[in-house]
Amino acid sequence: MIVIKDVHKVFNRGKANQVNAVNGIKLNITDDEFLVIVGSNGSGKTTLLNLVAGSEFPDIGSISIDSNDVSKLTDYKRSQWIARVFQNPISGTASDLSILDNFRLAAIRTKAKGLSIGINDQFKQQVKEKIATLGMGLENKIEQPMGTLSGGQRQALTLLMSVMDSCKVLLLDEPTAALDPRSADVVMRTADKLITDFKLTAILITHNLKDAYNYGTRIIQMSEGLVLRDLSNSQKSDLKQSDLFDWFG
Amino acid sequence: MDFYLTALLQGLCFSALALGIYISMKIFNIPDITTDGSYTLGGVVTGVLLTHHQSPYIILPAVIIAGGIAGALTGLIHTKLKINALLAGILVMTALYSVNLTIMGRSNLPLISVSSLFSLLNLVKDPNQNAFWILSVFVIVITFLIGYLLKTDFGLAMRATGNSESMIRALGVNTDRMKITGLALANALTALSGYLIVQFQGFADISMGIGIVIVGLGSVIIAETLINWFRITKVWLSLVLVLTGAVIFQLVLAFTLAIGVDANLLKLITAGFVLLIVSLPRLSFLKAS
Repeated sequence: MIVIKDVHKVFNRGKANQVNAVNGIKLNITDDEFLVIVGSNGSGKTTLLNLVAGSEFPDIGSISIDSNDVSKLTDYKRSQWIARVFQNPISGTASDLSILDNFRLAAIRTKAKGLSIGINDQFKQQVKEKIATLGMGLENKIEQPMGTLSGGQRQALTLLMSVMDSCKVLLLDEPTAALDPRSADVVMRTADKLITDFKLTAILITHNLKDAYNYGTRIIQMSEGLVLRDLSNSQKSDLKQSDLFDWFG
Repeated sequence: MDFYLTALLQGLCFSALALGIYISMKIFNIPDITTDGSYTLGGVVTGVLLTHHQSPYIILPAVIIAGGIAGALTGLIHTKLKINALLAGILVMTALYSVNLTIMGRSNLPLISVSSLFSLLNLVKDPNQNAFWILSVFVIVITFLIGYLLKTDFGLAMRATGNSESMIRALGVNTDRMKITGLALANALTALSGYLIVQFQGFADISMGIGIVIVGLGSVIIAETLINWFRITKVWLSLVLVLTGAVIFQLVLAFTLAIGVDANLLKLITAGFVLLIVSLPRLSFLKAS
């Protein structure tokens, strides 16, 4: 699904604060794979994710999604395949818009935003049913501004929004970093369920080693812009949680 | 009483400007001060076309297009050259001064024996009342159109652009193009105010736009205070409150003149009034209660 070929990314080239964020990564992520990326701060995880999403462009190398070379495609064009959940819940939703409006925009992610009113009773019903599956009681609050919800609720809704329109790749950039343990648990379980149900190819960045242990079908550890360890599903299931902690020892 | 009626009519003329500022400042979160230039541009284009006896069917679209181009330029400079929005607006506004002067050929253009929007239609005998009805219809149509636009999928994407750029890009919207469109729309509305005011007061003047941005800002800030006060989330109501803000603003100015304040101090009073409204929710003695 996603093929990353010898990608390099350098920030502030030639200056004193030059950062070699990604140093020639090669990665082949197959269909329906749920890849977990761990690594210390500055190891290049987020840059790699931004390169896949199109928020950053590779200096050298190429990235393809679903056999399309997307190396030069902007993030809003890559949205035809990719849905994203950001670390900050505010980044993934529009605070002043109602839950319903947010879902409407998500439902037309891969389509043109035209000059017709897209929200009707049928759509409202559809959104209500989707939101009811979260069991958060938000289905009766769809007219409320997104900004009135908690971070956990917003992250959970962002996840649901990602499958409102056809989606192949789901990028999760530390989606639970700003949440309390209980909300974090709900968000991770929702993500896992959606990834399985909709057969998504997913990339999760996390600093939570418990999540890294519990979720995903493949795990890589990044260090200094390169893949340090790469464990397939079977290798990952042999892994003990304490081994993960030792990686960072 | 006539005095206040004139203020009300001016308020209606300025409501397009207020809606323009509402779009750039509140919806897109961009402080756009192309306004001073695009307002005059709207007035100048109207004046010149009227004195050349052009059809009203040409004048209105011409004004909208002129204002739109001015806004789009600010948008292009801001998004493509990554220049601060405030500076981009100042640049276009400054350049527009020369453009306006060139279009007009002189600094003042009286429209005395020229037929205008207000002489074209005679709904009632009294010219002020006639103007009131024409302006009301005009403003209602604009508000309806903007209200509808903001409810469409495109409008939702516009509102989300000012709210969370990362989100709306991830949802497939080219935010640069969206901002350029938004600023074009805002300045087209601003130009419409110039179009109305020039026909209402009967002349176009090169300095008519100086400091006009404060009229829009003041109106929007009055509206915002009311919106927060009544916890309004409906777009339609917000727009109506912006119109109300524009009228209140003119009425307050009329009031200060009526009680005998020197007209030379009007801009000072205006600035003070806007400061008062902005600071009203933050004043500590109000918070305590």
